[in-house]
Amino acid sequence: MIHTENLTKRFKTTLAVENLNLDIREGEVFGFLGPNGAGKTTTVRMLTCLIAPSSGSAVINGYPVGKQDTQIRRSVGILTETPGMYDNLSAEFNLEIYANLYEVKDPKGQVEKYLRMLGLWDRRMDEAGTFSKGMKQKLAIARALLHEPRILFLDEPTSALDPEAALLVREFIAELRKEGRTIFLCTHNLDEADRLCDRVGVFKTQLLALDTPARLRSQLFGRKVVFHLRRSDEALSVQVRSLSYVKDARIVDNKLLVTLDDPDEHNPEIIRMLVGAGAEIQFVGELRHSLEDVYMQLVASPK
Amino acid sequence: MHKIKTIIRKEWAEVFKNRMVLFTIIFMPLLLTALPLIILYATRDAGVGDMSAEMPAQIAQLCNDELSMGECFQVYMVSQFMIMFMMIPLFIPVNIAAYSVVGEKTTRSLEPLLATPITTAELLAGKNLASSIPAVVASWIGFAVFAVGAFLISGSPRLTAALLDPMWLLAILLVGPLLALLSVNFSIMVSSRVNDPRVAEQLSAVVILPLLALFFGQISGLVILNSKLILGIAAGLILLDGILIYLAIRLFERETILTRWK
Repeated sequence: MIHTENLTKRFKTTLAVENLNLDIREGEVFGFLGPNGAGKTTTVRMLTCLIAPSSGSAVINGYPVGKQDTQIRRSVGILTETPGMYDNLSAEFNLEIYANLYEVKDPKGQVEKYLRMLGLWDRRMDEAGTFSKGMKQKLAIARALLHEPRILFLDEPTSALDPEAALLVREFIAELRKEGRTIFLCTHNLDEADRLCDRVGVFKTQLLALDTPARLRSQLFGRKVVFHLRRSDEALSVQVRSLSYVKDARIVDNKLLVTLDDPDEHNPEIIRMLVGAGAEIQFVGELRHSLEDVYMQLVASPK
Repeated sequence: MHKIKTIIRKEWAEVFKNRMVLFTIIFMPLLLTALPLIILYATRDAGVGDMSAEMPAQIAQLCNDELSMGECFQVYMVSQFMIMFMMIPLFIPVNIAAYSVVGEKTTRSLEPLLATPITTAELLAGKNLASSIPAVVASWIGFAVFAVGAFLISGSPRLTAALLDPMWLLAILLVGPLLALLSVNFSIMVSSRVNDPRVAEQLSAVVILPLLALFFGQISGLVILNSKLILGIAAGLILLDGILIYLAIRLFERETILTRWK
Protein backbone atom coordinates (compact mmCIF):
# COMPACT_ATOMS: atom_id res chain seq x y z
CA MET A 1 0.00 0.00 0.00
CA ILE A 2 2.76 2.44 0.96
CA HIS A 3 6.26 1.71 -0.25
CA THR A 4 9.23 4.05 -0.14
CA GLU A 5 12.82 3.56 -1.23
CA ASN A 6 15.53 5.90 -0.03
CA LEU A 7 12.99 8.73 0.09
CA THR A 8 14.87 11.95 0.79
CA LYS A 9 13.89 15.59 1.13
CA ARG A 10 16.34 18.44 1.36
CA PHE A 11 15.39 22.12 1.78
CA LYS A 12 18.43 24.06 0.57
CA THR A 13 20.93 23.22 3.31
CA THR A 14 18.55 21.38 5.63
CA LEU A 15 18.11 17.64 5.34
CA ALA A 16 14.54 16.97 6.47
CA VAL A 17 14.15 13.30 5.50
CA GLU A 18 17.03 10.98 4.73
CA ASN A 19 16.81 7.65 2.90
CA LEU A 20 13.46 6.57 4.29
CA ASN A 21 12.58 2.96 3.49
CA LEU A 22 9.08 1.82 4.41
CA ASP A 23 6.78 -0.97 3.41
CA ILE A 24 3.32 -0.61 4.92
CA ARG A 25 0.78 -3.33 4.25
CA GLU A 26 -2.91 -2.99 3.46
CA GLY A 27 -5.03 -2.62 6.58
CA GLU A 28 -2.06 -1.86 8.79
CA VAL A 29 -2.02 0.99 11.31
CA PHE A 30 1.48 2.35 11.16
CA GLY A 31 2.71 4.76 13.81
CA PHE A 32 5.29 7.29 12.71
CA LEU A 33 6.90 8.54 15.89
CA GLY A 34 9.34 11.35 16.28
CA PRO A 35 9.99 14.62 18.08
CA ASN A 36 8.90 18.00 16.70
CA GLY A 37 10.94 18.91 13.64
CA ALA A 38 11.88 15.28 12.97
CA GLY A 39 10.47 15.44 9.42
CA LYS A 40 7.18 13.59 10.00
CA THR A 41 4.99 16.24 8.36
CA THR A 42 7.46 16.58 5.47
CA THR A 43 7.21 12.82 4.95
CA VAL A 44 3.40 12.94 4.93
CA ARG A 45 3.49 15.85 2.49
CA MET A 46 5.74 13.87 0.15
CA LEU A 47 3.53 10.79 0.38
CA THR A 48 0.40 12.83 -0.36
CA CYS A 49 2.06 14.61 -3.30
CA LEU A 50 1.99 18.04 -1.68
CA ILE A 51 5.74 18.42 -2.03
CA ALA A 52 8.18 16.60 -4.26
CA PRO A 53 10.94 14.34 -2.93
CA SER A 54 14.53 15.46 -3.60
CA SER A 55 15.52 11.87 -4.35
CA GLY A 56 14.32 8.32 -3.85
CA SER A 57 10.91 6.99 -4.73
CA ALA A 58 7.54 6.20 -3.23
CA VAL A 59 4.56 4.20 -4.44
CA ILE A 60 1.16 4.79 -2.86
CA ASN A 61 -1.67 2.36 -3.57
CA GLY A 62 0.22 1.25 -6.68
CA TYR A 63 0.76 4.78 -8.03
CA PRO A 64 4.27 6.25 -8.15
CA VAL A 65 4.68 9.63 -6.46
CA GLY A 66 5.61 12.34 -8.96
CA LYS A 67 4.07 10.48 -11.88
CA GLN A 68 0.45 9.77 -10.95
CA ASP A 69 -0.14 12.41 -8.30
CA THR A 70 -3.79 13.01 -9.17
CA GLN A 71 -4.61 9.31 -8.75
CA ILE A 72 -2.75 9.30 -5.43
CA ARG A 73 -4.67 12.35 -4.20
CA ARG A 74 -7.93 10.62 -5.15
CA SER A 75 -7.03 7.47 -3.23
CA VAL A 76 -5.73 8.96 0.02
CA GLY A 77 -7.26 11.03 2.75
CA ILE A 78 -5.25 13.45 4.84
CA LEU A 79 -5.81 15.01 8.22
CA THR A 80 -3.39 17.91 8.33
CA GLU A 81 -1.67 19.11 11.48
CA THR A 82 -4.20 21.95 11.83
CA PRO A 83 -7.83 21.37 10.79
CA GLY A 84 -7.82 24.31 8.32
CA MET A 85 -11.59 24.62 8.03
CA TYR A 86 -13.36 27.61 6.48
CA ASP A 87 -14.47 29.21 9.73
CA ASN A 88 -17.13 31.47 8.17
CA LEU A 89 -18.88 28.60 6.46
CA SER A 90 -21.18 26.00 7.96
CA ALA A 91 -19.86 22.56 8.85
CA GLU A 92 -22.05 21.03 6.17
CA PHE A 93 -20.90 23.43 3.45
CA ASN A 94 -17.26 22.90 4.45
CA LEU A 95 -17.68 19.17 3.78
CA GLU A 96 -19.74 19.69 0.62
CA ILE A 97 -16.89 21.70 -0.90
CA TYR A 98 -14.48 18.83 -0.38
CA ALA A 99 -16.99 16.18 -1.46
CA ASN A 100 -17.27 18.03 -4.77
CA LEU A 101 -13.53 18.52 -5.13
CA TYR A 102 -13.01 14.78 -4.55
CA GLU A 103 -15.77 14.10 -7.11
CA VAL A 104 -17.82 12.05 -4.64
CA LYS A 105 -20.84 10.51 -6.39
CA ASP A 106 -23.38 11.33 -3.69
CA PRO A 107 -21.87 14.38 -1.97
CA LYS A 108 -24.90 15.20 0.21
CA GLY A 109 -25.28 11.59 1.29
CA GLN A 110 -21.60 11.21 2.18
CA VAL A 111 -21.59 14.50 4.08
CA GLU A 112 -24.61 13.40 6.09
CA LYS A 113 -23.10 9.96 6.74
CA TYR A 114 -19.92 11.34 8.29
CA LEU A 115 -21.56 14.23 10.12
CA ARG A 116 -23.86 11.71 11.78
CA MET A 117 -21.05 9.22 12.41
CA LEU A 118 -18.99 11.86 14.18
CA GLY A 119 -21.90 13.30 16.13
CA LEU A 120 -21.94 16.66 14.32
CA TRP A 121 -25.22 16.37 12.42
CA ASP A 122 -27.15 18.57 14.83
CA ARG A 123 -24.54 21.31 14.45
CA ARG A 124 -24.28 21.03 10.67
CA MET A 125 -25.60 24.52 9.97
CA ASP A 126 -23.30 26.19 12.49
CA GLU A 127 -20.20 27.98 11.28
CA ALA A 128 -17.06 25.88 11.72
CA GLY A 129 -15.48 28.84 13.53
CA THR A 130 -17.90 28.34 16.43
CA PHE A 131 -16.74 24.74 16.98
CA SER A 132 -14.44 23.61 19.79
CA LYS A 133 -11.00 22.22 18.88
CA GLY A 134 -12.26 18.67 19.29
CA MET A 135 -15.27 19.28 17.04
CA LYS A 136 -13.10 20.93 14.40
CA GLN A 137 -10.78 17.95 14.50
CA LYS A 138 -13.71 15.60 14.04
CA LEU A 139 -14.92 17.73 11.13
CA ALA A 140 -11.44 17.53 9.60
CA ILE A 141 -11.48 13.74 10.00
CA ALA A 142 -14.87 13.63 8.27
CA ARG A 143 -13.39 15.72 5.46
CA ALA A 144 -10.52 13.25 5.07
CA LEU A 145 -12.96 10.33 4.78
CA LEU A 146 -15.64 11.74 2.43
CA HIS A 147 -14.22 10.04 -0.66
CA GLU A 148 -13.74 6.73 1.20
CA PRO A 149 -9.96 6.54 0.81
CA ARG A 150 -8.30 3.19 1.53
CA ILE A 151 -5.22 5.01 2.87
CA LEU A 152 -5.45 7.64 5.54
CA PHE A 153 -2.68 9.96 6.67
CA LEU A 154 -3.32 11.40 10.13
CA ASP A 155 -0.87 14.06 11.23
CA GLU A 156 -1.02 14.49 15.03
CA PRO A 157 -4.77 13.78 15.22
CA THR A 158 -5.05 14.24 18.98
CA SER A 159 -2.53 16.99 19.64
CA ALA A 160 -4.01 20.03 21.40
CA LEU A 161 -7.19 18.13 22.26
CA ASP A 162 -8.50 17.68 25.78
CA PRO A 163 -8.42 14.07 27.06
CA GLU A 164 -12.11 13.48 26.34
CA ALA A 165 -11.90 14.71 22.76
CA ALA A 166 -8.63 12.81 22.25
CA LEU A 167 -10.30 9.63 23.45
CA LEU A 168 -13.18 10.12 20.99
CA VAL A 169 -10.74 10.61 18.12
CA ARG A 170 -8.73 7.53 19.16
CA GLU A 171 -11.89 5.44 19.32
CA PHE A 172 -12.81 6.61 15.84
CA ILE A 173 -9.36 5.66 14.53
CA ALA A 174 -9.85 2.22 16.09
CA GLU A 175 -13.16 1.97 14.17
CA LEU A 176 -11.42 2.88 10.93
CA ARG A 177 -8.88 0.19 11.61
CA LYS A 178 -11.69 -2.37 11.88
CA GLU A 179 -12.87 -1.29 8.42
CA GLY A 180 -9.51 -2.43 7.06
CA ARG A 181 -8.19 0.99 6.06
CA THR A 182 -4.46 1.54 6.00
CA ILE A 183 -3.58 4.28 8.46
CA PHE A 184 -0.34 6.23 8.61
CA LEU A 185 -0.43 7.88 12.02
CA CYS A 186 2.06 10.61 12.83
CA THR A 187 2.22 11.20 16.52
CA HIS A 188 4.40 11.92 19.47
CA ASN A 189 1.75 10.53 21.79
CA LEU A 190 3.44 7.23 22.55
CA ASP A 191 0.58 5.79 24.52
CA GLU A 192 -1.68 6.40 21.54
CA ALA A 193 0.75 4.66 19.20
CA ASP A 194 1.11 1.74 21.60
CA ARG A 195 -2.65 1.24 21.72
CA LEU A 196 -3.49 1.77 18.07
CA CYS A 197 -0.55 0.74 15.94
CA ASP A 198 0.40 -2.63 14.52
CA ARG A 199 3.92 -1.38 13.86
CA VAL A 200 5.78 1.80 14.68
CA GLY A 201 8.70 3.56 13.08
CA VAL A 202 10.79 5.82 15.29
CA PHE A 203 11.99 8.66 13.12
CA LYS A 204 14.31 11.60 13.43
CA THR A 205 15.33 12.70 9.94
CA GLN A 206 16.05 9.03 9.34
CA LEU A 207 14.31 5.88 10.46
CA LEU A 208 15.87 4.78 13.75
CA ALA A 209 13.82 1.64 14.36
CA LEU A 210 10.84 -0.14 12.83
CA ASP A 211 8.87 -3.00 14.34
CA THR A 212 5.87 -3.85 16.50
CA PRO A 213 5.86 -1.99 19.83
CA ALA A 214 6.33 -5.30 21.69
CA ARG A 215 9.33 -6.36 19.64
CA LEU A 216 10.94 -2.95 19.93
CA ARG A 217 10.67 -3.21 23.71
CA SER A 218 12.11 -6.67 23.66
CA GLN A 219 14.95 -5.76 21.30
CA LEU A 220 16.00 -2.76 23.32
CA PHE A 221 15.45 -3.90 26.85
CA GLY A 222 15.03 -7.68 26.74
CA ARG A 223 12.17 -9.12 28.78
CA LYS A 224 12.18 -8.65 32.52
CA VAL A 225 10.46 -10.91 35.01
CA VAL A 226 9.87 -9.74 38.55
CA PHE A 227 9.66 -12.25 41.42
CA HIS A 228 8.09 -10.78 44.53
CA LEU A 229 9.71 -12.47 47.56
CA ARG A 230 8.69 -12.52 51.20
CA ARG A 231 12.33 -11.82 52.15
CA SER A 232 15.14 -10.58 49.94
CA ASP A 233 18.38 -12.53 49.72
CA GLU A 234 21.32 -11.40 47.55
CA ALA A 235 22.46 -15.02 47.22
CA LEU A 236 19.34 -15.79 45.20
CA SER A 237 20.31 -13.32 42.52
CA VAL A 238 23.81 -14.79 42.29
CA GLN A 239 22.35 -18.25 41.91
CA VAL A 240 19.90 -17.16 39.18
CA ARG A 241 22.62 -15.23 37.33
CA SER A 242 24.57 -18.45 37.00
CA LEU A 243 21.92 -19.85 34.61
CA SER A 244 23.16 -19.65 31.02
CA TYR A 245 20.01 -18.04 29.55
CA VAL A 246 19.74 -15.32 32.20
CA LYS A 247 21.19 -12.02 31.08
CA ASP A 248 20.90 -10.23 34.38
CA ALA A 249 19.44 -10.73 37.86
CA ARG A 250 19.22 -8.11 40.58
CA ILE A 251 17.57 -7.74 43.97
CA VAL A 252 15.66 -4.47 44.45
CA ASP A 253 13.89 -4.24 47.80
CA ASN A 254 11.97 -7.51 48.10
CA LYS A 255 11.93 -8.09 44.36
CA LEU A 256 14.20 -10.19 42.19
CA LEU A 257 14.42 -8.70 38.68
CA VAL A 258 15.52 -11.21 36.05
CA THR A 259 16.28 -10.25 32.42
CA LEU A 260 16.01 -13.05 29.87
CA ASP A 261 14.88 -13.65 26.29
CA ASP A 262 12.23 -16.28 26.73
CA PRO A 263 10.41 -16.17 30.09
CA ASP A 264 7.65 -18.50 28.85
CA GLU A 265 10.24 -21.24 28.41
CA HIS A 266 12.51 -20.59 31.38
CA ASN A 267 10.30 -19.22 34.18
CA PRO A 268 9.28 -22.66 35.53
CA GLU A 269 12.94 -23.67 35.94
CA ILE A 270 13.82 -20.41 37.72
CA ILE A 271 10.84 -20.82 40.05
CA ARG A 272 11.92 -24.40 40.86
CA MET A 273 15.46 -23.16 41.60
CA LEU A 274 14.24 -20.34 43.86
CA VAL A 275 11.85 -22.59 45.79
CA GLY A 276 14.62 -25.16 46.13
CA ALA A 277 16.88 -22.46 47.56
CA GLY A 278 14.26 -21.65 50.20
CA ALA A 279 12.77 -18.53 48.64
CA GLU A 280 9.14 -17.79 49.40
CA ILE A 281 7.59 -16.45 46.17
CA GLN A 282 4.52 -14.29 46.67
CA PHE A 283 3.80 -13.73 42.99
CA VAL A 284 5.49 -13.44 39.60
CA GLY A 285 4.92 -10.87 36.86
CA GLU A 286 6.49 -9.38 33.77
CA LEU A 287 7.96 -5.90 33.99
CA ARG A 288 6.87 -4.08 30.83
CA HIS A 289 8.79 -1.17 29.40
CA SER A 290 6.61 1.47 27.88
CA LEU A 291 6.93 2.61 24.28
CA GLU A 292 8.08 5.86 25.82
CA ASP A 293 11.17 4.07 27.19
CA VAL A 294 11.85 2.70 23.71
CA TYR A 295 11.36 6.11 22.15
CA MET A 296 13.57 7.91 24.65
CA GLN A 297 16.28 5.30 24.26
CA LEU A 298 16.23 5.65 20.46
CA VAL A 299 15.71 9.37 20.09
CA ALA A 300 18.05 10.43 22.86
CA SER A 301 20.88 8.15 21.68
CA PRO A 302 20.13 7.13 18.14
CA LYS A 303 23.52 5.65 17.46
CA MET B 1 -15.58 22.60 -14.69
CA HIS B 2 -17.32 21.07 -11.67
CA LYS B 3 -14.32 21.80 -9.44
CA ILE B 4 -14.05 25.36 -10.77
CA LYS B 5 -17.72 25.93 -9.91
CA THR B 6 -17.10 24.53 -6.43
CA ILE B 7 -14.22 26.96 -5.88
CA ILE B 8 -16.37 29.86 -7.10
CA ARG B 9 -19.22 28.89 -4.73
CA LYS B 10 -16.77 28.60 -1.85
CA GLU B 11 -15.11 31.94 -2.60
CA TRP B 12 -18.41 33.77 -2.91
CA ALA B 13 -19.79 32.21 0.26
CA GLU B 14 -16.72 33.46 2.11
CA VAL B 15 -16.33 36.83 0.38
CA PHE B 16 -19.93 37.93 0.71
CA LYS B 17 -19.75 37.35 4.46
CA ASN B 18 -16.95 39.91 4.63
CA ARG B 19 -18.67 43.25 5.23
CA MET B 20 -15.74 45.33 3.94
CA VAL B 21 -15.67 43.50 0.63
CA LEU B 22 -19.44 43.65 0.33
CA PHE B 23 -19.36 47.39 1.05
CA THR B 24 -16.74 47.90 -1.66
CA ILE B 25 -18.72 45.87 -4.20
CA ILE B 26 -21.90 47.88 -3.55
CA PHE B 27 -20.59 51.33 -2.65
CA MET B 28 -18.02 51.80 -5.37
CA PRO B 29 -20.31 51.16 -8.37
CA LEU B 30 -22.95 53.35 -6.72
CA LEU B 31 -20.50 56.22 -6.32
CA LEU B 32 -19.01 55.90 -9.79
CA THR B 33 -22.47 55.70 -11.35
CA ALA B 34 -23.82 58.63 -9.37
CA LEU B 35 -20.89 60.91 -10.23
CA PRO B 36 -21.53 61.32 -14.01
CA LEU B 37 -25.29 61.49 -13.36
CA ILE B 38 -24.77 64.33 -10.89
CA ILE B 39 -22.61 66.15 -13.43
CA LEU B 40 -25.24 65.60 -16.09
CA TYR B 41 -27.90 66.97 -13.77
CA ALA B 42 -25.77 69.94 -12.69
CA THR B 43 -24.96 70.93 -16.28
CA ARG B 44 -28.46 70.49 -17.73
CA ASP B 45 -29.02 74.29 -17.88
CA ALA B 46 -25.39 75.36 -18.19
CA GLY B 47 -24.60 78.11 -20.66
CA VAL B 48 -21.64 77.09 -22.81
CA GLY B 49 -20.26 80.47 -23.74
CA ASP B 50 -16.65 80.36 -24.91
CA MET B 51 -16.02 76.91 -23.40
CA SER B 52 -16.88 75.29 -26.70
CA ALA B 53 -13.47 76.37 -27.87
CA GLU B 54 -11.81 74.11 -25.28
CA MET B 55 -13.64 70.99 -26.39
CA PRO B 56 -11.75 68.28 -28.25
CA ALA B 57 -12.26 68.42 -31.97
CA GLN B 58 -14.37 65.24 -32.26
CA ILE B 59 -16.86 66.52 -29.67
CA ALA B 60 -17.00 69.94 -31.28
CA GLN B 61 -17.72 68.09 -34.53
CA LEU B 62 -20.56 66.24 -32.79
CA CYS B 63 -22.04 69.57 -31.74
CA ASN B 64 -22.30 70.86 -35.25
CA ASP B 65 -24.00 67.78 -36.66
CA GLU B 66 -26.42 66.42 -34.09
CA LEU B 67 -26.42 68.11 -30.70
CA SER B 68 -27.07 71.57 -29.43
CA MET B 69 -24.11 73.41 -27.87
CA GLY B 70 -25.56 72.80 -24.38
CA GLU B 71 -25.93 69.05 -24.96
CA CYS B 72 -22.52 68.94 -26.54
CA PHE B 73 -21.03 70.50 -23.43
CA GLN B 74 -22.83 67.95 -21.25
CA VAL B 75 -21.43 65.08 -23.32
CA TYR B 76 -17.98 66.57 -22.99
CA MET B 77 -18.24 66.98 -19.21
CA VAL B 78 -19.75 63.57 -18.54
CA SER B 79 -17.26 61.83 -20.84
CA GLN B 80 -14.44 62.98 -18.58
CA PHE B 81 -15.84 60.71 -15.87
CA MET B 82 -16.99 57.78 -17.99
CA ILE B 83 -13.55 56.27 -17.72
CA MET B 84 -14.17 55.91 -14.01
CA PHE B 85 -16.49 53.02 -14.87
CA MET B 86 -13.30 51.17 -15.74
CA MET B 87 -12.25 51.60 -12.13
CA ILE B 88 -14.95 49.17 -10.98
CA PRO B 89 -13.59 46.00 -12.66
CA LEU B 90 -10.09 47.00 -11.58
CA PHE B 91 -10.73 47.84 -7.96
CA ILE B 92 -13.29 45.25 -6.81
CA PRO B 93 -11.20 42.19 -7.75
CA VAL B 94 -8.23 43.59 -5.82
CA ASN B 95 -10.34 43.41 -2.66
CA ILE B 96 -11.49 39.88 -3.32
CA ALA B 97 -8.42 38.29 -4.90
CA ALA B 98 -5.86 39.78 -2.53
CA TYR B 99 -7.38 37.58 0.20
CA SER B 100 -7.77 34.54 -2.00
CA VAL B 101 -4.39 32.91 -1.42
CA VAL B 102 -3.19 34.79 1.67
CA GLY B 103 -6.57 34.18 3.30
CA GLU B 104 -6.19 30.45 2.71
CA LYS B 105 -2.70 30.65 4.19
CA THR B 106 -3.81 32.42 7.35
CA THR B 107 -6.67 30.00 8.00
CA ARG B 108 -4.37 27.06 7.14
CA SER B 109 -7.00 25.80 4.74
CA LEU B 110 -4.65 25.73 1.76
CA GLU B 111 -2.96 22.42 2.61
CA PRO B 112 -6.13 20.28 2.69
CA LEU B 113 -7.32 22.11 -0.43
CA LEU B 114 -4.09 21.36 -2.30
CA ALA B 115 -4.27 17.73 -1.16
CA THR B 116 -7.45 17.26 -3.23
CA PRO B 117 -7.21 16.23 -6.90
CA ILE B 118 -7.69 19.84 -8.05
CA THR B 119 -5.09 21.16 -10.51
CA THR B 120 -3.41 24.54 -10.10
CA ALA B 121 -5.11 25.75 -13.29
CA GLU B 122 -8.57 24.74 -11.96
CA LEU B 123 -7.91 26.34 -8.59
CA LEU B 124 -6.73 29.61 -10.11
CA ALA B 125 -9.51 29.61 -12.71
CA GLY B 126 -12.03 29.31 -9.86
CA LYS B 127 -10.40 32.11 -7.92
CA ASN B 128 -10.12 34.24 -11.08
CA LEU B 129 -13.78 33.91 -11.97
CA ALA B 130 -14.95 34.31 -8.37
CA SER B 131 -13.15 37.67 -8.21
CA SER B 132 -13.82 39.00 -11.69
CA ILE B 133 -17.49 38.07 -12.24
CA PRO B 134 -18.85 40.31 -9.40
CA ALA B 135 -16.67 43.16 -10.65
CA VAL B 136 -17.75 42.88 -14.27
CA VAL B 137 -21.42 42.43 -13.34
CA ALA B 138 -21.23 45.43 -10.99
CA SER B 139 -19.71 47.61 -13.72
CA TRP B 140 -22.30 46.50 -16.28
CA ILE B 141 -25.16 47.13 -13.87
CA GLY B 142 -23.65 50.49 -13.00
CA PHE B 143 -23.44 51.42 -16.67
CA ALA B 144 -27.02 50.27 -17.31
CA VAL B 145 -28.23 52.39 -14.38
CA PHE B 146 -26.24 55.31 -15.78
CA ALA B 147 -27.86 54.89 -19.24
CA VAL B 148 -31.36 54.89 -17.79
CA GLY B 149 -30.50 57.76 -15.43
CA ALA B 150 -28.99 59.80 -18.27
CA PHE B 151 -32.16 59.43 -20.32
CA LEU B 152 -34.39 60.33 -17.38
CA ILE B 153 -32.31 63.38 -16.44
CA SER B 154 -31.75 64.75 -19.92
CA GLY B 155 -35.02 63.61 -21.50
CA SER B 156 -33.13 63.74 -24.78
CA PRO B 157 -32.70 60.55 -26.84
CA ARG B 158 -29.98 62.31 -28.90
CA LEU B 159 -27.95 63.15 -25.81
CA THR B 160 -28.39 59.66 -24.38
CA ALA B 161 -27.30 58.13 -27.68
CA ALA B 162 -24.22 60.36 -27.70
CA LEU B 163 -23.32 59.27 -24.17
CA LEU B 164 -23.83 55.61 -25.06
CA ASP B 165 -21.36 55.95 -27.88
CA PRO B 166 -20.13 52.57 -29.28
CA MET B 167 -16.70 53.53 -27.96
CA TRP B 168 -17.99 53.44 -24.36
CA LEU B 169 -19.97 50.26 -24.98
CA LEU B 170 -16.75 48.70 -26.28
CA ALA B 171 -14.90 49.95 -23.23
CA ILE B 172 -17.47 48.66 -20.74
CA LEU B 173 -18.24 45.34 -22.43
CA LEU B 174 -14.75 44.40 -23.63
CA VAL B 175 -12.11 46.38 -21.78
CA GLY B 176 -13.91 46.02 -18.42
CA PRO B 177 -13.67 42.21 -18.25
CA LEU B 178 -10.07 42.36 -19.53
CA LEU B 179 -9.18 44.84 -16.81
CA ALA B 180 -10.85 42.60 -14.23
CA LEU B 181 -8.71 39.66 -15.35
CA LEU B 182 -5.59 41.83 -15.20
CA SER B 183 -6.43 42.94 -11.69
CA VAL B 184 -7.27 39.43 -10.47
CA ASN B 185 -4.17 37.77 -11.82
CA PHE B 186 -1.91 40.50 -10.55
CA SER B 187 -3.53 40.19 -7.11
CA ILE B 188 -3.22 36.39 -7.12
CA MET B 189 0.46 36.68 -8.07
CA VAL B 190 1.07 39.10 -5.21
CA SER B 191 -1.11 37.06 -2.86
CA SER B 192 0.91 33.90 -3.60
CA ARG B 193 4.17 35.59 -2.63
CA VAL B 194 3.29 37.54 0.51
CA ASN B 195 2.03 36.44 3.91
CA ASP B 196 -0.14 39.38 4.98
CA PRO B 197 -3.54 40.13 3.41
CA ARG B 198 -3.08 43.88 3.97
CA VAL B 199 0.27 43.86 2.16
CA ALA B 200 -1.33 41.86 -0.67
CA GLU B 201 -4.14 44.37 -0.97
CA GLN B 202 -1.85 47.39 -0.92
CA LEU B 203 0.57 45.95 -3.47
CA SER B 204 -2.29 44.80 -5.70
CA ALA B 205 -3.78 48.30 -5.69
CA VAL B 206 -0.80 49.39 -7.83
CA VAL B 207 -2.69 47.97 -10.79
CA ILE B 208 -5.05 50.97 -10.66
CA LEU B 209 -2.30 53.49 -11.40
CA PRO B 210 -2.23 53.17 -15.25
CA LEU B 211 -5.98 53.80 -15.37
CA LEU B 212 -5.63 56.87 -13.16
CA ALA B 213 -2.90 58.10 -15.50
CA LEU B 214 -5.32 57.65 -18.42
CA PHE B 215 -8.04 59.52 -16.51
CA PHE B 216 -5.81 62.50 -15.74
CA GLY B 217 -4.38 62.39 -19.28
CA GLN B 218 -7.91 62.67 -20.62
CA ILE B 219 -8.89 65.49 -18.26
CA SER B 220 -5.77 67.44 -19.12
CA GLY B 221 -6.35 66.89 -22.83
CA LEU B 222 -3.13 64.93 -23.33
CA VAL B 223 -5.04 61.79 -24.23
CA ILE B 224 -8.08 61.74 -26.49
CA LEU B 225 -10.12 58.56 -26.07
CA ASN B 226 -11.59 57.13 -29.25
CA SER B 227 -12.62 53.71 -30.53
CA LYS B 228 -9.20 53.12 -32.07
CA LEU B 229 -7.44 53.76 -28.76
CA ILE B 230 -9.97 51.61 -26.86
CA LEU B 231 -9.38 48.75 -29.31
CA GLY B 232 -5.64 49.23 -28.93
CA ILE B 233 -6.00 49.11 -25.15
CA ALA B 234 -8.12 45.95 -25.47
CA ALA B 235 -5.48 44.27 -27.66
CA GLY B 236 -2.75 45.25 -25.21
CA LEU B 237 -4.80 43.90 -22.31
CA ILE B 238 -5.43 40.56 -24.04
CA LEU B 239 -1.66 40.14 -24.40
CA LEU B 240 -0.98 41.30 -20.85
CA ASP B 241 -3.70 39.07 -19.40
CA GLY B 242 -2.23 36.07 -21.21
CA ILE B 243 1.19 36.80 -19.75
CA LEU B 244 -0.21 37.38 -16.24
CA ILE B 245 -2.29 34.16 -16.28
CA TYR B 246 0.83 32.23 -17.32
CA LEU B 247 2.90 33.91 -14.62
CA ALA B 248 0.22 33.44 -11.94
CA ILE B 249 0.18 29.68 -12.62
CA ARG B 250 3.99 29.51 -12.72
CA LEU B 251 4.41 31.54 -9.53
CA PHE B 252 1.81 29.48 -7.67
CA GLU B 253 4.36 26.94 -6.42
CA ARG B 254 2.49 24.59 -4.09
CA GLU B 255 5.66 23.49 -2.32
CA THR B 256 6.97 27.00 -1.70
CA ILE B 257 3.58 28.21 -0.50
CA LEU B 258 3.22 25.31 1.93
CA THR B 259 6.74 25.10 3.28
CA ARG B 260 7.63 28.79 3.58
CA TRP B 261 4.42 29.74 5.30
CA LYS B 262 4.86 29.80 9.09
